[in-house]
Amino acid sequence: MAQGVCVITEFREGAFRRVSFEIASEGRRLADELGEPLLAIALGAGIESLAAGLGNYGVDKVYVVDDPKLEDYRAEIYVPAAAEVLKSLDPKVILTAASVDGKDFSARLAARLGAGLATDCTELKMEGGSLKAKRPMYAGKAFAWYEWSDGSWPQMASCRPNVMDCLAPDTSKNAEVEKAQVEVAEGNETQVLNIEKDAGGKIDLTEAEIIVSGGRGMKGPENFAMLEELATLLGGTVGASRSAVDSGWRPHADQVGQTGKVVTPTLYIACGISGAIQHLAGMGSSKYIVAVNKDPEAPIFSKADYGVVEDLFNFMPVFIEEVKTLKSTC
Amino acid sequence: MDIVVLVKQVPDTETKIRIGGDGKTIDTSDVKWIMNPYDEYAVEAALRLQENAEATVTILSMGPERVVESIRTALAMGADQGVLVNDPATEGSDALGKAKVLAAALRSLDFDLVFCGHRAVDDDENQVGIMVAELVGIPHLGLAVSVELVDGKVKIERPIEGARVTLEGTLPALVTFGGAHAVWNPRYASLPGIMKAKKKPLDTKTLADLGLSPNDVGAGGATIKVTSMELPTERQAGRLLEGETAEKAKELVRLLHEEAKVI
Ligand SMILES: Cc1cc2nc3c(=O)[nH]c(=O)nc-3n(C[C@H](O)[C@H](O)[C@H](O)COP(=O)(O)OP(=O)(O)OC[C@H]3O[C@@H](n4cnc5c(N)ncnc54)[C@H](O)[C@@H]3O)c2cc1C
Repeated sequence: MAQGVCVITEFREGAFRRVSFEIASEGRRLADELGEPLLAIALGAGIESLAAGLGNYGVDKVYVVDDPKLEDYRAEIYVPAAAEVLKSLDPKVILTAASVDGKDFSARLAARLGAGLATDCTELKMEGGSLKAKRPMYAGKAFAWYEWSDGSWPQMASCRPNVMDCLAPDTSKNAEVEKAQVEVAEGNETQVLNIEKDAGGKIDLTEAEIIVSGGRGMKGPENFAMLEELATLLGGTVGASRSAVDSGWRPHADQVGQTGKVVTPTLYIACGISGAIQHLAGMGSSKYIVAVNKDPEAPIFSKADYGVVEDLFNFMPVFIEEVKTLKSTC
Repeated sequence: MDIVVLVKQVPDTETKIRIGGDGKTIDTSDVKWIMNPYDEYAVEAALRLQENAEATVTILSMGPERVVESIRTALAMGADQGVLVNDPATEGSDALGKAKVLAAALRSLDFDLVFCGHRAVDDDENQVGIMVAELVGIPHLGLAVSVELVDGKVKIERPIEGARVTLEGTLPALVTFGGAHAVWNPRYASLPGIMKAKKKPLDTKTLADLGLSPNDVGAGGATIKVTSMELPTERQAGRLLEGETAEKAKELVRLLHEEAKVI
């Protein structure tokens, strides 16, 4: 008989990624609704000594697979290892991270388990002992609620990073840790040849709290220095419209929209972006939106909390100076 | 070398989404259908290998008759042949159900590489391609922004948060494609291409042809289903700031700091 909620954490370079704590916190809420335990599976290299700390976020018991072969994520070895641990746990609900690797992992694991998976969920609840999940479709132009058919355990959901509330860590609580008896495969079909870090430790758009984005109105790649400066001042990162990316001004990883990143920062500043439907889909769920555009008719203003109708080359330098003043006084 | 590209037909990204009368699907009455942009990148990547590695490129899709148009588009871009699984019993399939259909169809074809978008821009599920790889029992390499054949293996680059991973896999393998339009710049179908496409082979198959029972897939076989859809709360246009440039700048900082409390 399936029981409990199990979260599968994400671990990279010697630390849990923040989304792991988010899914643990969300898992705790669901486990409490069920009145059943919250378990975790922690896969990684050098993870064992940190695993008990998941208790700070409500995990009761962690099954650890600590192996040097797990240093870099590869579906080929991660999925069979997790599936093996799950056999004996038989949870009702499995939560994973909808991060880049997490999405990759979740789909393969779901196929292996024959489980129904809802990807990139933004809201979860238990109803009559069964999971209900809300997730965006069409890059956020619509949302859908999902249910699982009767008796089809486990019910799998991956959670969008930055959305689920993280519990305030309770450092007095440690999780029980058990080494899972799992042989990690060599994995001869895929090899990680290289991992190159992005220059300057850029915050990923999907995890950024503040995004300063530029579009065709920026007129050239050199003018993005201004947006970089503002983003650095605010502790944020720079994004772009497809026009700016297509023009070769920004790397493709900066593209926000239906065929780019879907982002949910607390503050999104759009400079020289008209607000095409594909762009709005990708950033429309931001908490606050600021638009700077010289055309008062630009559709972006219909979504903006604060709009500035100005030539951005006049406005942005003055605005950046004001931000500097604020930052130097508090 | 044989490459099969999985192609899904999706509503044009220009579509303003409206919820249908059943409350759980979208209203498709005036939707214009296009090839999923990420699948288009996969087609482009396959066609580059077709030129360099003398590969045969087969397009595999599932869905109703209208999907033929997207397959023909891929054929006009340069793919060699198409297969459509068209069976009303597949309607309502969940991601795993769709993967079962595509995996069964794949087994009836020759392939060294299977390409597809990492997600379709309708349901945004990020599942079907990878599930096909698991069901067929081959490795997958996800979210490629480049693809190369090196010494009989496939090599991709894959962006993850804060880094770029170079991953290599043995064949046969499935590769899902990410990146953006600017990475792949998929070719347009030329006029001669469109003419030629009309004569290229396009097979239609049913579940029975693939040895699948209607109970395995479709709404009946689904373990997960949509029960309702909703639209996001319409954002209200906020306020336009007034005054001279300096006043607006000051006011914007004040609003973000004191009212929104985000800086
Ligand atoms: C299949 C498909 C997928 C797509 N996916 C995406 C996607 O993922 N993301 C995306 O962004 N787009 C996407 N698009 C493209 C989208 O339709 C628009 O073309 C694009 O978003 C426009 O970018 P933009 O706003 O930078 O440029 P424009 O629409 O050209 O707007 C530039 C704006 O800058 C303003 N401006 C110019 N000069 C100044 C100045 N000096 N000061 C202030 N303002 C100024 C102008 O008033 C204008 O509003 C997609 C399109 C298709 C067909």
